[in-house]
Amino acid sequence: MDSEKIAQLQEKARQLRVDIVKTLHKSQSGHTGGSLSAIDMVTALYFQVMKHNPADPAWPGRDRFVLCKGHAAPALYVALAEAGYFPKEDLMTLRRLGSHLQGHPDSKQTPGVEVCTGSLGQGLSMANGMALGLRLDGSSSRVYAMLGDGELQEGQVWEAAMAAGHYKLDNLCALVDVNRLQIDGEVAKVMAVEPVTDKFRAFGWNVIDIDGHDMGAIVAALGQAAGAKGKPTVIVARTVKGKGVSFFENKASYHGVAPSDEELPKAMECLGEQCYL
Amino acid sequence: MSTMIATRDAYGQTLAELGEENKNIVVLDADLSGSTKTSIFAKKFPERFFNMGIAEANMVGTAAGLAAAGKIPFVSTFAIFAVGRAWEQVRQSAAYPKANVKIVATHGGVTVGEDGGSHQSVEDIAIMRAVPNMTVIVPADGPETAKAIRAAAAYKGPVYVRLGRNKVPTVTAEETPFEIGKGVQLADGTDLTFVTTGLMTAQALAAAETLKGEGISARVVHLATVKPLDGDILLKAARETGAIVTAEEHSIVGGLGGAVAEFLGENSPVPLKRVGVNDRFGTSGKAEELLKYFGLMPADLVEAARGVVARKGK
Repeated sequence: MDSEKIAQLQEKARQLRVDIVKTLHKSQSGHTGGSLSAIDMVTALYFQVMKHNPADPAWPGRDRFVLCKGHAAPALYVALAEAGYFPKEDLMTLRRLGSHLQGHPDSKQTPGVEVCTGSLGQGLSMANGMALGLRLDGSSSRVYAMLGDGELQEGQVWEAAMAAGHYKLDNLCALVDVNRLQIDGEVAKVMAVEPVTDKFRAFGWNVIDIDGHDMGAIVAALGQAAGAKGKPTVIVARTVKGKGVSFFENKASYHGVAPSDEELPKAMECLGEQCYL
Repeated sequence: MSTMIATRDAYGQTLAELGEENKNIVVLDADLSGSTKTSIFAKKFPERFFNMGIAEANMVGTAAGLAAAGKIPFVSTFAIFAVGRAWEQVRQSAAYPKANVKIVATHGGVTVGEDGGSHQSVEDIAIMRAVPNMTVIVPADGPETAKAIRAAAAYKGPVYVRLGRNKVPTVTAEETPFEIGKGVQLADGTDLTFVTTGLMTAQALAAAETLKGEGISARVVHLATVKPLDGDILLKAARETGAIVTAEEHSIVGGLGGAVAEFLGENSPVPLKRVGVNDRFGTSGKAEELLKYFGLMPADLVEAARGVVARKGK
């Protein structure tokens, strides 16, 4: 991939980070850290890798994305809005009564959201089911599922990992956003999940270990995943929770906290935006 | 009496027929396909059958994903695991998105028998009934199971069907209508109404015969669908007979009895008695012994009927 295209995606991700922070500032509720750690991968998927049609969200030929770590909904919503699934103004209704943008993704309400997630550990199973269904239909569509590293503590993830390996779901690609933090602190201290790569490899997966903020590496890994036959691929992405806003970075305390009025202009400055208050 | 068919056998046969008719039907099981009878489908359509191993949570989630991909997944295991082990997956992955997932659980209730309390689900109707978007069906016999499975396949949305392990007498006729949400009156009567589901409908029909000899006229209303509840047939029964006995092979807490008591308490209070497992766990034994042990025999229904009739007008 040429460097110009990579630069365009990086700029897109920067804009989407701005949207995430503005959206969460407006809602004053939601998950900042995990949205910012995930957004580079979400950007690569929606604006480079996935086949999808915002004008026809149910287009049968589309690739599917499942945000297993549903609390990073703002990262998904800003990408969907940017892609044109719904007006960007809707972002300002996040988590409000009557909004189609629920606290966690709801397929009944938001165009472009494939399944309901939010209760951790369930998304990969649903992604497996989609991959099995698409394979039965002889479809070339692919399924992408993004998990958090804390989420790997849920036993169902490993049931799903076992099943994806067993059924050799090579139309499935999981991405693990390893930001190393969960609500109560460091994943390693709360309940260690490493070595993540070895675990997936043992379950029969093709494993790619990357820097989850290196846009070139993300796009390359997704391409490599599409070429891997006979087994599902997992991209283990090393990320920084709160990435892009220095005072949010690597802080478990920003897991489920929205930016305050004072923090907003500083965050915009970090992201290269003019203060707009 | 009439023919004896296990509801799980009727399920297995019907599922295999449906597989022939609709290639979007897919089936998932958790290492119990021989017992749940999904093995019949598996033999005919191996490419559309997925054994998920002993991992019920993942099985239900996978079914939700298959539904999202346009398939009509039937998920089977024992009731205790489908509802117990995978409850939150049923809620979050299937019911919340109104996914087109059919959970057909066999081995419901105490007639599981020898396996004992660990395997006897006495809470599943209550738990499934509490989940929004969920439809709950408990067929009385083999022929009705066949109709219920076809209705579930045609219905768009999550359905829970509870079946049993053992052969049960056929109490519905070929022409008995089956419509989700509608009860059927299987015997008319004027002094009280048995409102029943599953295999307890046969017990109530037997009890009604005994009561006839005592000069008590008992109506039998079979509610295969516990949710949505058929309010019309219940109101009619309450108004015309003035007393109700509910009966289910399930805890008296939150199941059919709970649903009927809630509805009639608000809309047409009459003397009511819930017959079921009295808020306790199951135990090992033979199915017939257990029905007696837990007070689920026609004689128990006769006694309950006498009780509600005596309370009328007081």
